[in-house]
Amino acid sequence: MLLSRILDEKLASLYRAGKIHGGVFLGRGQEALSVAIGMALRRGDIFAPLIRDSAGRLAFGEPVLDAVRTYLGSPLGPMRARDGNVHRGRPREGLLPMISHLGAMISVVNGALFARRLAGDRATVGAACIGDGATSTGAFHESLNQAAVEKLPLVLIVADNQYAYSTPTHRQFACHSLVDRAAGYGVKGLTVDGTDLEACLQVVGRAVDSARAAGGPQLIIATLLRLCGHGEHDDAHYVDPKLKSSPIGRDCLKAAEEELLRRTWASVEILGAWRSEAVHKVEEAVATAQREAGPDPFKENWCALASRHLSEGYE
Amino acid sequence: MSITYLEAIREAQARALADDPRVFIYGQDVGAFGGAFKATKNLAGEFPGRVLDAPISEDAMVGLSVGAAIEGRRPIIEMQFADFSTAGFNQIVNQAATLFWRTNVPCPVTIRLPCGGTSGSGPFHSQTMESIYAHYPGLIVMTPATVEDAYSMLLEAVAIDDPVIFCEHKLLYYHLKADKLPTEALPAGKARIAREGRDMTIVAYSAMLHEALAAAEEVAADGAQIEVVDLRSVKPLDTDTVMASVARTGRLLCVGESWPWGGVTAEVIARVASEGFGLLDAPPKRLNAKDTPVPYHPNLWAAHRPTARSIAAAARTLLRT
Repeated sequence: MLLSRILDEKLASLYRAGKIHGGVFLGRGQEALSVAIGMALRRGDIFAPLIRDSAGRLAFGEPVLDAVRTYLGSPLGPMRARDGNVHRGRPREGLLPMISHLGAMISVVNGALFARRLAGDRATVGAACIGDGATSTGAFHESLNQAAVEKLPLVLIVADNQYAYSTPTHRQFACHSLVDRAAGYGVKGLTVDGTDLEACLQVVGRAVDSARAAGGPQLIIATLLRLCGHGEHDDAHYVDPKLKSSPIGRDCLKAAEEELLRRTWASVEILGAWRSEAVHKVEEAVATAQREAGPDPFKENWCALASRHLSEGYE
Repeated sequence: MSITYLEAIREAQARALADDPRVFIYGQDVGAFGGAFKATKNLAGEFPGRVLDAPISEDAMVGLSVGAAIEGRRPIIEMQFADFSTAGFNQIVNQAATLFWRTNVPCPVTIRLPCGGTSGSGPFHSQTMESIYAHYPGLIVMTPATVEDAYSMLLEAVAIDDPVIFCEHKLLYYHLKADKLPTEALPAGKARIAREGRDMTIVAYSAMLHEALAAAEEVAADGAQIEVVDLRSVKPLDTDTVMASVARTGRLLCVGESWPWGGVTAEVIARVASEGFGLLDAPPKRLNAKDTPVPYHPNLWAAHRPTARSIAAAARTLLRT
């Protein structure tokens, strides 16, 4: 959580300094939920994070350098500067790089799980993250239904962060709670306070265990508030101040740190040391990526096909 | 023994399933029912657990195939009708087509589109989609016109490491027959001279090949020798073979069943005009379906698409130009 927050803050400052092309999308306020997903999954599982899942990515094993290189457009990053910012991943390691169309990654996770099952592997779990906005898409409906029909070990986590860009939830859906939809699909539905790290660890952990134990798809609705704009270009002036001062508006990282201190599992000094360590890691990655030259269009092969001999080779 | 175009597609899938354990088939009604056109007849029984009915969810069908491809599988997706692929369009053009370029991980997915008009099918069971998909980078678009190509190109599609849009024409399903399945074939991206001639080139593909061949036969009665090129795949498009033919004949007519705005016929003519203008003795011409949805009634349907008669008329005009 802490590393994710520090990484996000660094990316925001690089953005403000004009060092990043394109958008920057932060996970502020969603780290507790996100990290719980990354920690509940294990090596070999499938993970399709969303734009606010820096914490989950790091916990799943994504190197800080992958994030920084992708944001800074280094050709040494996993997307080789062909795609940027949050659109990154390592598909062969189970980390799927999102496209921008919301809900579209869920069926891709289904497919990976389906393939694992064809190969006789029933121990893999796949997690897909979406926000409240993606629940309005056809892709969400098709893929959750598909996972239910195939009884796939899918854990679908909805970060209900009150706004899809600027659209409030009452303009997004009319049901009382999104978890009510679980019954309609024939999948298990769970809810969690997305600002409470311990609750997130327990609920997400339980859902992942259940999926792994052939319990079928699990739909988790986490309630929280996005503590930033949609992207760093967005000042989020539209966010209702009453939400900010409500319990869902609390900062999950601050709450987790306070809880650690209250339980005397960590001291102020230890928290400070963790922070310094995280800052060092992030600075080191940024320094590395900043030394790397950008992509050379003359060395780019401009070939979209794996079968190069079938490429038409337009100039 | 004789084998139809549809049976060749069924046989190619049977062989792909038998030869490669990574292959599976997923689509609506493809399981025990054997598919709306019976292109997967008995395959679910012969290959248990590998030929599976999908919910009516084209988006999720294609998404699933991409996830499985990432895991090393080689899925074949059957769209019940090419028209319905628009409901899975996002996953095809944004997910499948971009995966390799973005991540260096190949996406060997074959998407079968039963396409083209048959009389009485109307606007939503008759479309040809090759021009739309050919527009997107990262996709290969095959348009087999013969029984032999339906078989060999489908096997090739499954073996290719990229997403292949396999446009199989419904009008050819039953009446097009061959004596036996081929043992060798031209590779994807190579066009074929389907009929030799010296006076004019007609470029066609899919069902239009047969209309073009009939037109060439009709015009031969006037003494003109028309060369007919079967593109076989529209992406990649074998410009060299087209250009070589135009170099021999000096005249070009390009025929397609899809709509006139843009598309394969426009692409062929653009390439010949820009790269081989000096080869032309007359302005190149093209013939497409009319710019309306595909009509239901046979009287309207037959006039909507190019036919041997309309192609022959266009060819005669071009020969006089």
